[in-house]
Amino acid sequence: MVATGRRDLVSTDLASRMRPLRRALALTCYGVVGAALFVAAVTSLALVLVWVGLPLVVACARALRPLADAHRRIAGDVLGEPVPSAYLRVTETGFVARPLAVARDPSVWRDLVWLGVNSTVGVLLAAGAVLEAACGLVLWWLPESYLLRWDANLIRAMLAPDDRARLAARVQALTLSRAETVDTQAAELRRIERDLHDGAQARLVSVAMALGLAEEELVRDPEHARRLLVEARAGTGQALAEMRDLVRGIHPPVLADRGLVGALEALALSSPVPVELDTRLESAPSAPVESAAYFAVAEGLANVIKHAGASRVAIGVVAEGGWLTLRVADDGRGGADPDAGTGLRGIERRLAAFDGSLRVESPSGGPTVLTMELPCASS
Amino acid sequence: MRVVLAEDHALLREGLTRLLELHGFEVVAAVADGPALADALDAHRPDVAVVDVRLPPTFTDEGLRAAIAARTATPGLPVLVLSQYVEQLYARELLADGRGGVGYLLKDRVSDVAAFAAAVRQVADGGTAMDPEVIAQLLVRHDRDVPVASLTPREREVLALMAEGRSNAAIAARLFVTEKAVSKHTNNIFMRLGLPPSADDNRRVLAVIAYLEGAAAPREA
Repeated sequence: MVATGRRDLVSTDLASRMRPLRRALALTCYGVVGAALFVAAVTSLALVLVWVGLPLVVACARALRPLADAHRRIAGDVLGEPVPSAYLRVTETGFVARPLAVARDPSVWRDLVWLGVNSTVGVLLAAGAVLEAACGLVLWWLPESYLLRWDANLIRAMLAPDDRARLAARVQALTLSRAETVDTQAAELRRIERDLHDGAQARLVSVAMALGLAEEELVRDPEHARRLLVEARAGTGQALAEMRDLVRGIHPPVLADRGLVGALEALALSSPVPVELDTRLESAPSAPVESAAYFAVAEGLANVIKHAGASRVAIGVVAEGGWLTLRVADDGRGGADPDAGTGLRGIERRLAAFDGSLRVESPSGGPTVLTMELPCASS
Repeated sequence: MRVVLAEDHALLREGLTRLLELHGFEVVAAVADGPALADALDAHRPDVAVVDVRLPPTFTDEGLRAAIAARTATPGLPVLVLSQYVEQLYARELLADGRGGVGYLLKDRVSDVAAFAAAVRQVADGGTAMDPEVIAQLLVRHDRDVPVASLTPREREVLALMAEGRSNAAIAARLFVTEKAVSKHTNNIFMRLGLPPSADDNRRVLAVIAYLEGAAAPREA
């Protein structure tokens, strides 16, 4: 047992033996920075009494976040599983409102308490870990660094969000996504109203007018009447075409007819870029989920057609364990950025309403893979 | 010529009945839902059925399914399917049995009364009448590895008009060429799609099917 362990340790390369040392060093440096920040934060809190402290508190909170995140990352690396965080999103901008909003976040206060502990115990542990790792480098048969693990556990215990922080973040996320959903729906209804008003309704008015005139002209000038009738007929054709486009945008008829799989088949057929479709659905998701999934894939495919310069697209739909996973992968030029285009943001918004998520992997030069997940209880 | 009509909107049902009767068709039954359509087709054995895609009781693609089922029961039964929107997917399903006598048109097309009546007649005679919208959907694709891709642009144009159900004479008039030139194009098309010599009508249908399939054929086929 000991013999094999030793052989394994000897056989590991230099880089992996350097790793604990690198991590311990980083933790020590961060710890020293943290101690300075702790002093600054406590001082600014005291200064709040004379107002100048307010912006200082905000600045400290802002600096505290990346520092805490850096610790979370290293602790996560040491422990082999990520240490999560759950901050509230601060949207307020006012001189007083912003610090107040920051102060309302329980995670910020927890971070501050951790900072105090980390500036004392944490730094000592980290410094000890540096020594230990340095010894381990020379005396490679020693077991792996204990102190580094202890420090990582301490960080996890104090920095991983507790239930209260997790719930607060969840409530905020739900509130935001609900507000976005309501906004999107209102905008959608306004667009439909405008399209109908300027499109089909206006055309039908002109058709009615042409028919009325034709009726008058029928006896006096049959040839003119005939021209008016032809015009009226053309008008109805255009009105119908406009309404067809509008209906497709609201709820594609083929989705109503055939469900998600059929609608995606139809979408694949009408795509100018060849699509390979792979669907694994045992039962149909509920209608709202189907609709969200369809539009998310359609938007993803539209992006591919418009921007990717791809020669083929693979669309995958899998329902498993209560989650519907949609994948749109192309062999195009990559470089898709959710923050740059409105298309990907639109997909995100659509999915957020269902507690779903969008992941974009799109290195420059491709390939691009969109992975969308949303919870689905089968209907 | 005897017609069975299936359309759930009373206004449209009456309008279509009137239109067809004015153009010399005999509407032997005008029904409003899927099951009634199946019964009427069984009872009357019409020369052609004119069917709305969306029918009660499901208000989905009931009409299309009923039409396909009827063609399975009575192979080659001419069916013209009408819809507020067209899907290439449905066009393929209608043509999948490889027989003619199939039409798939937007409801908008009834406004050109004479052309619509001609399309019904054409379907009844075993031809095809695909909506220009279906054809337009096909033309956006740029798949390279299907037989249809080997056609010249002119031949594709001729094939598209063939899919709409036009005769060689009509295609010639549309493209401002002689009928002889068109028949040369059609022969080339048949050859490139590997269609064996047979009755011209049947080959036209097969070419249209190849066209619809070709734009979306699975690669291993």
